[in-house]
Amino acid sequence: MGDVILAIMPTQQAEHYKLSLLDRLEAESIHIFREAAESQCAVMMYSVGKDSSVMLRLAQKAFHPGPIPFPLLHVDTAYKFPQMYEFRDRTCAELGLKLIVHRNEHAIRGNANPWDIGTVACCGQLKTQGLLGALSEGGFDMVIGGARREEERSRAKERIFSVRDEHGQWDPKSQRPELWSLYNTRIGPRETLRAFPLSNWTELDVWRYIEREAIAVVPLYFAEEREVVRRGGQLIPVGEKTRVLPGEKIERLLCRYRTLGCYPCTGALASSARGVDAIIAELEKATFSERITRVIDHDQDGSMEQKKREGYF
Amino acid sequence: MTAGSVGDGKSTLIGRLLHDAGVIYEDHLQALRKKAGREGDPLDFSLLTDGLKAEREQGITIDVAYRYFETSKRRFIVADTPGHEQYTRNMATGASTADLAIILVDARLGVLTQSKRHGFIASLLGVPRAVLAVNKMDLVGYNQEVFEKIRGEYATFAQRLGFAELRCIPVSAVHGDNVVTAGTRMPWFEGPALLPYLEEVYIASDANLVDFRFPIQRVVRPDGTFRGYSGTVASGVARPGEEVVALPSGQRTHIERIVTFTGDLPYCHATQSVTLTLADEVDAGRGDMLAHPRNVPRAVRSVEAMVVWMGNEPLAPGRTYIVKHTSRSVKASCATIAYRVDPNTLRQGHADELRLNDIGRVAFTMFNPLFVDEYRQNRTTGSFIVIDPASNETVGAGMIIARRAAHVRAGVAPASKDIAREVGHVTWQQREALLGQSPLTVWFTGLSGSGKSTLAKAIERRLVELGRPCFVLDGDNLRHGLNRDLDFSPEDRTENIRRAAEVARLMNDAGLIVISAFISPYRQDREDARGIVGAERFIEVHLSTDLATCEQRDPKGLYRKARSGALAQFTGISAPYERPQSADVSLDTAAVSIEAAVETLVERIMRGIISSRPR
Ligand SMILES: Nc1nc2c(ncn2[C@@H]2O[C@H](COP(=O)(O)OP(=O)(O)O)[C@@H](O)[C@H]2O)c(=O)[nH]1
Repeated sequence: MGDVILAIMPTQQAEHYKLSLLDRLEAESIHIFREAAESQCAVMMYSVGKDSSVMLRLAQKAFHPGPIPFPLLHVDTAYKFPQMYEFRDRTCAELGLKLIVHRNEHAIRGNANPWDIGTVACCGQLKTQGLLGALSEGGFDMVIGGARREEERSRAKERIFSVRDEHGQWDPKSQRPELWSLYNTRIGPRETLRAFPLSNWTELDVWRYIEREAIAVVPLYFAEEREVVRRGGQLIPVGEKTRVLPGEKIERLLCRYRTLGCYPCTGALASSARGVDAIIAELEKATFSERITRVIDHDQDGSMEQKKREGYF
Repeated sequence: MTAGSVGDGKSTLIGRLLHDAGVIYEDHLQALRKKAGREGDPLDFSLLTDGLKAEREQGITIDVAYRYFETSKRRFIVADTPGHEQYTRNMATGASTADLAIILVDARLGVLTQSKRHGFIASLLGVPRAVLAVNKMDLVGYNQEVFEKIRGEYATFAQRLGFAELRCIPVSAVHGDNVVTAGTRMPWFEGPALLPYLEEVYIASDANLVDFRFPIQRVVRPDGTFRGYSGTVASGVARPGEEVVALPSGQRTHIERIVTFTGDLPYCHATQSVTLTLADEVDAGRGDMLAHPRNVPRAVRSVEAMVVWMGNEPLAPGRTYIVKHTSRSVKASCATIAYRVDPNTLRQGHADELRLNDIGRVAFTMFNPLFVDEYRQNRTTGSFIVIDPASNETVGAGMIIARRAAHVRAGVAPASKDIAREVGHVTWQQREALLGQSPLTVWFTGLSGSGKSTLAKAIERRLVELGRPCFVLDGDNLRHGLNRDLDFSPEDRTENIRRAAEVARLMNDAGLIVISAFISPYRQDREDARGIVGAERFIEVHLSTDLATCEQRDPKGLYRKARSGALAQFTGISAPYERPQSADVSLDTAAVSIEAAVETLVERIMRGIISSRPR
């Protein structure tokens, strides 16, 4: 029982005073960015992927002609692809951005890695703990992230402005109702807020926007011949520390990444899409969801909601 | 069949819609097939969308969830509002940004109170269009009569809701009939199936393009030379060179540039996020507003609004909250609760407080002014949220009504702050006991010549015969005395009605039944009159007799004068008449006799005055 409510957006621009879908999404995101920037001490998550690239452009637009009024934060696990570090440093230098890189050095020294302690524990230490450490160190009360509701079921329920308790934990049972574009950004003394300007974007919107705005992204998204092994139905890249298991053999395949995370846990996709237009064409026909190449999501049912309750982004 | 828990098939319907539209990813389908067990078992499409069952078992949260899909024609965002504990709150949240509501009924059960409640909440939040999906047609043999009966019943009810369009579509979510394609089992149904309808339905730009409103979100001052005001255009259109006024300072200047990252724009319009620079320095910051000087929102320190309450602590007069309206947050206290609406019957009743999931009409008094429009004219400047300052929770959502008469309404402060209300020694209960009746105001509205005065006089006569103290307030008579300073301009018509309503209220307070006969052409004025008199003792009677008939009757020769141009601003000819959308009684005097009309109304009045109503 119950109702369904639909918001319908035009795919094509029709009339004079109507915005195209991308323009509408952009305007909404800018509004959210500006609202988030009102808090005392904001920071924007920068994970170097395509969504982060789009976020960066939207932040520039939101505060133009002023500078972006908050620093960027990269929670580094030490297992990112080398191309990502290179892209990150070049982008920040070119745009003159303030970037904070935070690693959970304690866990890295303790040799946290997905092969020995499992993906769940590894993510918990390097990402979740890393993030919480970075937030308390920086004293940030507003963390702007690039998550999209379309990505995953628990995100579909998340607010655009979402409260975390003093331990960074999300309580999905007591979320604030969020009506119109009136965001409640008030929080108590030790609480923090997350803001998600890309909530209503889909993966296709992101790529169409990248194409329209000619935004640079890490070359890993484009097809190239890469060394991979087949493991659990995934094409796992062979990185610096990847252990090749008995019976596995390294292959060179034309492939690309649909999402970028840590190389041990990111599967590649057999693809020949070498440019943004080819990626869009590929996605328009895609039959598998985006997160299928994320190893961590499959660990347990409802795993994402679990992780997020504990503070994962 | 307990309200809000047993399925009408909503999840199945969305799942089926997504599946048949071909927008379900293969990995999600595989998960479904795994759950179906044996090869060839039918798939449970409900698992695709809310996965409610699975999620509930795992203790995962049930909440408004948003899904995204697009066809070659349109992009859709589905706000999936679960009908469980937090029903009203979830639905209001989803509806606040929706263009269309799909309301499901189970064909076997027909129109239930819940189905009405859903329609009411959707219309309250201003959703312009609704589809009534009559589901499980397979279980009633795809029977056309079953469908027609449900459709007729719901359409009658929905007339009071004011949807721009209501579509009824018979579907079977499980078998897919009329979801994406028509199928063959309901050849009698001629309309489009659900998805084709959704792809084609004209979504009038929700945006108000008339009243320019620019709530300032942020001031940009990167260096000593540039000063810009960033914000999202709430409504209207603006161009460089146009004059604007900053509120609340009242300073006027011109728009110099419309700045964006990709270059200056020649104009900006509703929903765009831009930065404006102004020709002169003005005193304005976050929370202030820019508008065109000849079209400004109302600056108010008190608002009346329909409020959906979402807090665990009830809303009660005297409590203090924070109201967030556009980019402005102000402290506000709840002044009065005019009434609570029972969402199942739409009846208004007395309430001392609004509890979680209650809906009512509430007056707030603000510590600083807000710049508001009515919600039906402007979804952005007409809405606000209420925040509890102690917990910081969002506890209410408000939709502003009655913008013109907010200051004259009962329970809202008079122009001079020094006027308090004198409380007498006789209570209204004692007066009612004395006269043996709970008084009412019967408010006629209709064109000149529709029969207002005739009926009013005939009813007065009957009531006196029945021993009921009553009085007729006649528009023409009042204009000879109390209202002699007023003309027929819109402002004076409004004031005319306000005074009449105040007099009606006084007479009701004195125990008399009031029958008022004013054209009262403006819907807003009648709403205001209802507010002044008190909704629980106000009966709006619309004489719907058409213009041609009235003009033919022309008892005072006024239509003739108006046609010849000798009489200006004559309702129906040279001034507008806004038909009521939800009159309590509607009568066409071209079709019913005076006697019959009097009988009906007197019977209605007698019922009203002897049942003792809470106030
Ligand atoms: N026969 C029949 N059963 C249906 C139809 N639509 C839904 N159902 C069944 O009704 C029950 C409730 O459906 P569900 O989608 O979970 O309801 P929700 O709570 O409104 O989301 C399930 O057993 C469905 O299989 C239909 O069109 N025909």
